[in-house]
Amino acid sequence: MTAQVNLKVNLGGIEMKNPVTVASGTFGGPEYAPYVDLNRLGAVVVKGTTLEPRQGNPTPRIWETPAGILNCIGLMNPGVEVFLHEHLPFYRQYDVPVIVNIAGNTVEEYGLLAEKLNVEGVAGLEVNISCPNVKKGGMAFGTDPAMVREVVAAVRAATPKPVIVKLSPNVTDIVAIAEAAATAGADALSLINTLLGMAIDIRTRRPALGNVMGGLSGPAIKPVAVRCVWQVAQAVDLPIVGMGGIMTAADALEFILAGATAVAVGTANFVNPRATLDIIEGLEAYCREEGITDIKELIGAAWK
Amino acid sequence: MYLEKGKVRAREERGCGYYWLEIESPAVAAAAVPGQFVHVRVGEKESMDPLLRRPISLARIEREKGRIGLLYRVVGRGTKLLSSVCEGAELDLMGPLGRGFTLVEKGKRVAVIGGGIGAAPLFPLVAELVDRGAEVKFFLGAANHSHLQALQPEKMIRGGELVLATDDGSAGFAGRVTDLVRQEIGPFRPDFFYACGPVPMLRAVQQLMAELSVPGELSLEERMGCGVGACLACVCKVRTAEAPFTYRKVCSDGPVFPAGEVLLD
Ligand SMILES: Cc1cc2nc3c(=O)[nH]c(=O)nc-3n(C[C@H](O)[C@H](O)[C@H](O)COP(=O)(O)OP(=O)(O)OC[C@H]3O[C@@H](n4cnc5c(N)ncnc54)[C@H](O)[C@@H]3O)c2cc1C
Ligand SMILES: Cc1cc2nc3c(=O)[nH]c(=O)nc-3n(C[C@H](O)[C@H](O)[C@H](O)COP(=O)(O)O)c2cc1C
Ligand code: FES
Repeated sequence: MTAQVNLKVNLGGIEMKNPVTVASGTFGGPEYAPYVDLNRLGAVVVKGTTLEPRQGNPTPRIWETPAGILNCIGLMNPGVEVFLHEHLPFYRQYDVPVIVNIAGNTVEEYGLLAEKLNVEGVAGLEVNISCPNVKKGGMAFGTDPAMVREVVAAVRAATPKPVIVKLSPNVTDIVAIAEAAATAGADALSLINTLLGMAIDIRTRRPALGNVMGGLSGPAIKPVAVRCVWQVAQAVDLPIVGMGGIMTAADALEFILAGATAVAVGTANFVNPRATLDIIEGLEAYCREEGITDIKELIGAAWK
Repeated sequence: MYLEKGKVRAREERGCGYYWLEIESPAVAAAAVPGQFVHVRVGEKESMDPLLRRPISLARIEREKGRIGLLYRVVGRGTKLLSSVCEGAELDLMGPLGRGFTLVEKGKRVAVIGGGIGAAPLFPLVAELVDRGAEVKFFLGAANHSHLQALQPEKMIRGGELVLATDDGSAGFAGRVTDLVRQEIGPFRPDFFYACGPVPMLRAVQQLMAELSVPGELSLEERMGCGVGACLACVCKVRTAEAPFTYRKVCSDGPVFPAGEVLLD
């Protein structure tokens, strides 16, 4: 009989039964329930939600690159009211914390969204100040420390729920942004969002994506993401959700060792719809083999 | 919807870059209906490049035998990799995915219109319609005689009337399949139609059928990520009352859509 491994972590007030969640925009409960028992996930992070419905960008919205994808979905979503009335009830059938990713056009909109989502069944908010695919707001909020403070303070004032701030890698100094979010009252940080990129279709001789530029995700960005987690974890005393190219338990462990409390699986869901479950099992197996009884021992172990 | 390791039981190179695979995949086969597709992982096991799965239509559905058939054309890296799998190999499949064709009632006359590799999802459709006692006329167009041979339409369907067209006139009607349809549709007077093929063909079919007030369905293609409706990459435009258009997901709202709703630009 081997000793039980404790996989539980606490993400800024959100109790997770294991460190594995999903990256916003890459996973839908109804879509993946045939492949994944949602009750087994540490948490579910839902698609970016805005105040009003959004149509998103013209196609093509996705383009494959070496070990990665570029996307320009453009925050297509039915708006917060539809989310509350039609989508949230689905998740409430499950015993899993639901984190809602929010995006506003203005500081006020972020506050309003947080207020509207202060309902039972929402475990916390992930504040997206880093989407590269929308004209207004999005990444613009996430690249200036003063703006970050304003947005995070507005959300903080509007909700008692845990606030996770999602950071963009498209900045010169990610630590400065992380510190701004922490000062303004964030309970946790998630990083990274996609890297701004583009590709050109040599057959049409035009940009490959409908919106010209898009966000790069997948294994191609993992080293950048691990570096960001490593820097931020040492500088800021907040729990981190690490993400960017996590395909396997070994990838997830790199993030945890760099300082992430939890990890989010994004693009990998498209490739292997069971990736989250494989990673949970892999983390447990690694702990067993290494004689680790509590996964929290591994958080930031690469620098501690 | 299943995640299944399919076993390749037969593989055939059919010329012009077309390949045929017969795969033992009992869960997928048992649940599948014509018009649905599988999302296939291509390349070496656990390789991250190419990363995404490739959507391929079910070109044959054999529920009792637990087998499916895929007919595909090599157009890039993914389909090239898929063309090199051998008999006995395992394929990582997700499926059956998407909303298939609406099957008409017994006794109806239907026109089934395919262009090139777009014929793939129409083969099991024709089989099913014939089994249900519909009167089927299958209009199939291809670039030339060799492409038609690669599709092997006579072998793929058992029943229904097959009418062929080639762009260069090397077999059947000389010209586009839509011109052939226009010529023959009057006397046939279908109650319903189904079409799959390149966008210019779909546009011509959509217009012709609208003129004749024949309802029908189009099967569309779009670049995909997840294949299950989660990533919102694969959208197409459909008409709505409120806005100039709205986006629908080809992978989960389609790939089959009512012809009157789709906006092809
Ligand atoms: C619902 C559906 C059913 C399909 N059924 C068949 C079939 O039965 N037989 C067949 O030969 N082909 C079919 N296709 C098209 C097939 O998916 C593409 O030819 C294939 O993905 C090309 O991949 P590649 O790596 O060879 O080409 P590349 O051009 O190198 O592909 C690069 C990327 O573009 C995507 N892509 C390229 N062309 C298409 C396309 N036409 N549609 C969607 N994505 C594309 C690929 O999936 C990949 O992500 C279908 C497509 C869809 C959406
Ligand atoms: C198709 C797609 C849609 C996404 N949508 C969102 C979104 O709505 N909100 C958000 O904060 N991040 C979004 N992201 C970013 C992911 O949540 C994640 O930060 C990023 O993809 C890196 O992780 P990965 O490499 O594991 O995918 C999206 C990513 C992809 C690929
Ligand atoms: S491919 Fe992801 S929504 Fe259709």
